[in-house]
Amino acid sequence: MHIDKDLVAASATPLVLAILAEDESYGYAILKRVRELSSGELEWTDGMLYPLLHRLKRLGYVTTEWRTPPEGRRRRYYAITDDGRAAMAEQQQQWQTVARALGDVWRGSGVLASALGDA
Amino acid sequence: MTVDGVESQIAEWRAYVAKAPAVDGRDLDELETHLRDQIAELGAAGLASDEAFLVAVKRMGDLDALSREFAREHSGRLWKQLVLRGEDAPAHPSTGWFEAFAFAAAAAIAIQIARIAAGFPEESPVWLGRNIGLFVLPFLAGYFARRRELDTRRWVLTTAPLVLLALVVNLYPYAVDSATEVLVALHLPIVLWFAVAYPYMGGTIESHERRMDFVRFTGEWIIYYVLIALGGGVLMGLTAAILEPIGIDVERLIEWVLPSGAAGAVIVAAWLVESKQHVVENMAPVLTMIFTPLFALMLAIAAITYAVDGFAGAFDRELLGVFDALMVVVLGLVLYAMSARDPSRAAGLMDRAQLLAVASALVLDVMVLISMVARIGDLGFTPNRAAALGLNLVLLVNLAGAARLSLRFLRGRIAFARLERWQTSYLPIFGLWTAIVVTVLPPLFTFT
Repeated sequence: MHIDKDLVAASATPLVLAILAEDESYGYAILKRVRELSSGELEWTDGMLYPLLHRLKRLGYVTTEWRTPPEGRRRRYYAITDDGRAAMAEQQQQWQTVARALGDVWRGSGVLASALGDA
Repeated sequence: MTVDGVESQIAEWRAYVAKAPAVDGRDLDELETHLRDQIAELGAAGLASDEAFLVAVKRMGDLDALSREFAREHSGRLWKQLVLRGEDAPAHPSTGWFEAFAFAAAAAIAIQIARIAAGFPEESPVWLGRNIGLFVLPFLAGYFARRRELDTRRWVLTTAPLVLLALVVNLYPYAVDSATEVLVALHLPIVLWFAVAYPYMGGTIESHERRMDFVRFTGEWIIYYVLIALGGGVLMGLTAAILEPIGIDVERLIEWVLPSGAAGAVIVAAWLVESKQHVVENMAPVLTMIFTPLFALMLAIAAITYAVDGFAGAFDRELLGVFDALMVVVLGLVLYAMSARDPSRAAGLMDRAQLLAVASALVLDVMVLISMVARIGDLGFTPNRAAALGLNLVLLVNLAGAARLSLRFLRGRIAFARLERWQTSYLPIFGLWTAIVVTVLPPLFTFT
């Protein structure tokens, strides 16, 4: 399934925040987690993650630290802040509203059924 | 392929990415680590190292798009329109200067017509001083409206406030020797400058990033303008020295050259800021680094001295003017320093110096306000006192907010972006206040 580019972009911030809310992480691991969560359906261009992470840093949603784990490369770790959690909660509400509205209308009109039929 | 082969390929890749000006060394490290992680994982899955390298690079994505994303996010590192322009729109540096020159010439001619109509410098009617900004800054607004390729609706929104201001300023029936008229003359250029912000930001006034760009532009425009003025001064001094002995009336020459040069330089300086950004980009942090601590020290000493001695007899209208000018300069410096700062850097010595400056200015502002309220209580409101009181209140709120937030930032409670956001959100209030002085204050005091 191909997921629309705009939708991928819009979901990037809540997804990254949610992953960081699980535990602190670094770029490569975040991307792997995204693939895992979406069973490989969400394809990100790897490089684009970093400007996004830097934006979250500037907004104070995450903090960063360079660290070298035992037996590993030196990496920049990202951890979510309280502001970040607040932003995530906000995003969560928005997405739930959108998902609920779409769910209601699709159930009602049977569009989903016919769309599935076409597929 | 050997491990060395991959190493040299990685090095080449890194060198290529490093060419993007918005990507700094630490970002490069981060991207390189990512690339190496990816290669290692693909290698573990059985790919040959050169294949793994190719796949990893492909996954990293189009490097031009990536560097553009970096430029968008780190616009403080570089805010060149060239980079932000978009995918493939070419930059046209060659057409830029002609446009700037045309608008500069138009401003130069407009001011000359006004000068001749007023008979300056033999006579200096009040209307000339009152309207001076209107002869120059609309051309700057037009220049930006053209450069940003605004649509018709935004052209109208650019023009409307200018026309409105021109009408208001000239239709008000000022009394002879009116204080409100002087206030209007002082504040109108500032209101017009805020009106220029609209086309500068391409009509997107809500964007805090664009507002910060405008702050940066203002600071750098001032630097360029001062440089041009200095150069012009030297040129004119030498011209006078050379032409005087052969009996040419230098003063008449200067009457012609000076106003037009000063008006044209407004647009030329803006063009320089726009097209030669990287030149000043290196200067801005240096300048703020030199002057922020010096101003902080001077303000701290002033605040302590005045707090101990009190204003007593020293406080009069002139001193009030000096204080207001000082506080506006400090605020300008703080804003400019903020615009030149990398927001992701941790709090440092410079931020402490800035807090000291802001806190001292706050103390001075409170003292000025107290003596001003006392003065108004004794002698009643005049247009000047009302304008000064308003300005000091507007500054007080701004400084108090800035001091509180920068204290929290220094303690590591909030991100620098919050501090930036406070200032960019506050900018319209300055514009609004100056607009009130120009439009509401005169009728309020019946144009006295």
